[in-house]
Amino acid sequence: MTDPVSAQDQGTSKVPSLQKTPTGIGGLDALTFGGLPEGRPTLMCGAAGCGKTLFGVTFLVKGIEEYGEPGVFMSFEERQEELATNVASLGFDLDGLVERKKLVVDYVRLERGEIEQAGDYDLEGLFVRLGHAIDTIGAKRVVLDTVEALFAGLEDSATLRSELRRLFAFLKTKGVTAIVTAERGEGQLTRYGIEEYVSDCVILLDNRVIDQVTTRRLRVVKYRGSSHGTNEYPFLIDEQGITVLPITSAGLAHEVSSEVISSGVAGLDTMLGRHGYYRGSSVLVSGSAGTGKSTLAASFVDAACARGERSLFFAFEESPAQVTRNMASVGIDLQRHREAGLLKFEAARPSLYGFEMHLARMHRDIDTFNPSVIVVDPISAFRGPSVEVNATLLRLADICKSRGITALFTSLLSSGDSMNDSERNVSSLMDIWISLADVEANGERNRVLSLLKARGMNHSKQLREYRLTDQGIDMVPVYVGPDGVLTGTARVAQEAREREVEQTRQDAVAGRRRVLERRRLAVERQIAELQAELESEEAEVTRMGEQDDVQATNRDADRSVMSTLRGDM
Amino acid sequence: MTSLPPDMPSSATGLPHYKLRLFITGSTPRSTRAIENLRKICEENLDGRYELEVIDVYDRPETTRELQIVATPTLVKVLPEPLRRIIGDLSDELKVLAGLDLAPRQSQQG
Repeated sequence: MTDPVSAQDQGTSKVPSLQKTPTGIGGLDALTFGGLPEGRPTLMCGAAGCGKTLFGVTFLVKGIEEYGEPGVFMSFEERQEELATNVASLGFDLDGLVERKKLVVDYVRLERGEIEQAGDYDLEGLFVRLGHAIDTIGAKRVVLDTVEALFAGLEDSATLRSELRRLFAFLKTKGVTAIVTAERGEGQLTRYGIEEYVSDCVILLDNRVIDQVTTRRLRVVKYRGSSHGTNEYPFLIDEQGITVLPITSAGLAHEVSSEVISSGVAGLDTMLGRHGYYRGSSVLVSGSAGTGKSTLAASFVDAACARGERSLFFAFEESPAQVTRNMASVGIDLQRHREAGLLKFEAARPSLYGFEMHLARMHRDIDTFNPSVIVVDPISAFRGPSVEVNATLLRLADICKSRGITALFTSLLSSGDSMNDSERNVSSLMDIWISLADVEANGERNRVLSLLKARGMNHSKQLREYRLTDQGIDMVPVYVGPDGVLTGTARVAQEAREREVEQTRQDAVAGRRRVLERRRLAVERQIAELQAELESEEAEVTRMGEQDDVQATNRDADRSVMSTLRGDM
Repeated sequence: MTSLPPDMPSSATGLPHYKLRLFITGSTPRSTRAIENLRKICEENLDGRYELEVIDVYDRPETTRELQIVATPTLVKVLPEPLRRIIGDLSDELKVLAGLDLAPRQSQQG
């Protein structure tokens, strides 16, 4: 390791490029291109409750666990027990690390009522104390939290200032990478202006409340000798510790797949013309309340899990248990996928965080779970300026696309078929847009699905009625009559009417057939009669002929007798 | 480490016995001044009923943590309770006496 102090003294020409110490905090190392300046103090300032202490603890714990660098935590505010309890929920075992001589937690108690100043003093005692802690375990990392407590505990701020300056120089000579936390002050970075003593790296934490929603943000104000991300980046503190999200728009360079995956609904696959969605596409399912958006999403997830793919379901309106139960009622068994570890739910109220924070969370969850399909149900839960919502979704869609994740977003249409601006904007980000509508006619509601767009697919342009059955979504064969597409009972009624007409026609035919038959029978009978008549006549004639013959014979016989008698010979 | 001979508590007077620790940093002028100032104050006010231990934090750095030492020099009044810390070179005698709960007696004397 280079000794930064002597390196500085030698002038800049011989200084090798700045060495960095990775913090182990996801995202922070990315946006500082490697971590904090090695062997130097970094100032981390922010108002109360920004997570300064947690940053410090994470820096040390990760240093020990991931980089084998022991650390010293000098706390001016919390005792070791308090600190250990506070970070135990993150899975940090401070007491264990202390026992293994990897970590020293030194609580510096400064009680003004207990201290009387009687003459000049210096902070050599603190230096010795810190130096001793560093040397005992060979610490490479140090956190001072919050060093400004000295100002509250001790009088004579002029002495304190010069001693603080000496403290930072002392840290440099010790060659430790340090995080020094400080409270945010009015009009300056820190309350006591200690930023002027720490000049290498300054990180500002912010906890902003907009519309009653808190968003934590981090900004690298200064990083001498290094480039760094200059934006404000959202960060998360939750049971997984700190995650900073260096979110950049991925652009439109991602690879595309022509592989098609099933939507989970056979009839819909057919409508899409390619038997499903392209892998990596963004699908928007919009519709009013109760049109089965979640069910369509669940079908999609069910199909993905059945193929053995990992699915991540972001539920913003229902708890995982509720979604699972509701889907079971339409015959979609999500529980088995959850048990198999293929399906993971991430549920949160949309108002819990700001957009950035939600995106950040989703980004992290996608990173850790590595799903091949995700569902966001619903995106309309995010209320706020449409520009912001739009940007958030665009980035989410980009994150998914760049990883080849097929994403299905549901959106609740505010009223009827009309779309507001934000909905229209969102739709332009999507590759496939499925509209679910409630068609109201003849005093009833029927559900109709249509494909508003499907990029790169020769999709059906028809409206299709569907039903939510206990076997999932069932696409009803389309009925197109002379009056257009009919749905529900209208379709049934129309079908009945047609059946009736057909019946009548059939009845008429049968009637005619019966009449004809009767006539045929009559004619046949007549023919039979005539025939019989003819036959009897024929018989008469025959009989008469026979009589004639007899008579003729008789006459011949008589004549021969008579000629014999006359003696004609 | 310098240790002054502890006198036995003089229960006859009924006055409390003092147990003091002075933390210094080597032989810096400030440390030396602190030791001198304290000896003088003790001899004048706590004659025969105090026990003083002078600790050089360079020699015994672990003691800084045990007794919550931040500034140097620091005089810690371990007994009688309550525990109190007096920081600085102890040149401000009144403050030292106040810190040692000896100021009222001095004002009586004055």
